[in-house]
Amino acid sequence: MKFVDEFRAPELIAKTGEEIRRLADPNRHYRIMEVCGGHTHAIYRFGLKDLLPSNVELIHGPGCPVCVLPMGRIDDGLSLAAQPDFIFAAFGDMMRVPGTHGSPLEYKARGMDVRIVYSPADALKLARSNPEKHVMFFAIGFETTAPSTALTLVRAKAEGLRNFSVFCNHVTIIPAIRAILDSPDMRLDGFVGPGHVSTVIGCRPYDWIAKDERKPVVVSGFEPLDILQSIVMLLRQLRKGEAKVENQYKRVVPWEGNRAALRAMAEVFELRPYFEWRGLGFISQSALKIRAAYAEWDSEQRFIVPGVRVTDPKAAQCGEVLKGVLKPSQCKLFGRECTPEQPVGALMVSSEGSCAAYYNYEHRKPVTIANAATN
Amino acid sequence: MCLAIPGTIIEIDSQNPQQAVVDVVGVRRKVDLGLLQDDPPVPGDWVLIHVGFAMSKISEADAADQMRTLTMLGETEAAMQEVRGYGLDNQEQDQSGQRRMP
Ligand code: SF4
Repeated sequence: MKFVDEFRAPELIAKTGEEIRRLADPNRHYRIMEVCGGHTHAIYRFGLKDLLPSNVELIHGPGCPVCVLPMGRIDDGLSLAAQPDFIFAAFGDMMRVPGTHGSPLEYKARGMDVRIVYSPADALKLARSNPEKHVMFFAIGFETTAPSTALTLVRAKAEGLRNFSVFCNHVTIIPAIRAILDSPDMRLDGFVGPGHVSTVIGCRPYDWIAKDERKPVVVSGFEPLDILQSIVMLLRQLRKGEAKVENQYKRVVPWEGNRAALRAMAEVFELRPYFEWRGLGFISQSALKIRAAYAEWDSEQRFIVPGVRVTDPKAAQCGEVLKGVLKPSQCKLFGRECTPEQPVGALMVSSEGSCAAYYNYEHRKPVTIANAATN
Repeated sequence: MCLAIPGTIIEIDSQNPQQAVVDVVGVRRKVDLGLLQDDPPVPGDWVLIHVGFAMSKISEADAADQMRTLTMLGETEAAMQEVRGYGLDNQEQDQSGQRRMP
């Protein structure tokens, strides 16, 4: 396998850019939402906006799991982990996300046993090797990640490993899209659908967006060419007045999704009646909760959770940015009080957060696809 | 967060067919195959790995594309860190884990 540190097919990219300009009706303004934070990262990294005409606008969606998690959940998780003989295990992305009294990393500096894991299975291994401690895995993520947590719980139960539990913050993407479409200040023309979430859920769950809302959806890969081709496919539909679900990322996303992964999720999780999202508020049936059959491995059923609700710092406008109402640079704290080094909001922490992506790539412009393709 | 890393299956655990050793650019780690049980991969197959679990089977060409995307996104270091992180209990693999990205 060879790695080329250059863009694949720059001529094709330039051509696709031209095709977009040809398809976009100059009398119309297009607002297209890329749902997934991975796409947001790629769009900024490659400077794809520079290839789009000014009337094709990309709006960043809610698909960054650490960004949408309200601060109260982080506080809850950390307060559980403050019990004696507890280990707080989470993915690296979580470590610098601010809670009211600091991030997990800051709690670690103050003496809490906080560990970075790269897989929920590693948190389970931590529990095996620390039988005198309780390991709590702080689970976050959309449907891409939830099946792995589910299988880990299946394995924990099969093994009867009692010193392990999951503090479950898994969320589901469809209700978030619905909430965005329902919000009165949002007018969208179509969606670039998430790639890796769709490997699990497939393409059918987006049907209602096309049928009922009359908006096209194109599930997309992450390469520059993938994203541009998806925009072409959206514009073609819009031109013809169509609204369909299409799959640009066929090489990875099966139309039906991954049934084994869906089965694992159904075995372990059920829908919460409602869950709070940063910026979007409470959304019904938008998150997963661990079923009673796995209560022993559910931190929330096993321990007493404070259930705190805190609002973000007043000047922080993470909610507006998450909804796509404000651009990152329009937040009053952007680039001043809030930077990737000193983040105030979670959108500045994760590489998938639009504030971090905007800060890293709009401020210090690297070689973008636009200047690589036209040079 | 939604990083998906391509790797090739080296060996399926004979005791436990849901565990396999994969190779990601020279780094060998254990991954869980439980999410592919409807269509289990065999040694030599390429898979996309997310948080230590194989998520889907892909072609070798797609694996190369995916790795290039990660490189372009500046995520290879994060990806390799993640891969090195898998499998706390197979320290014997660590030697190969020393190999750096080209
Ligand atoms: S700049 Fe910081 S505070 Fe403002 S929206 Fe972005 S993450 Fe939130």
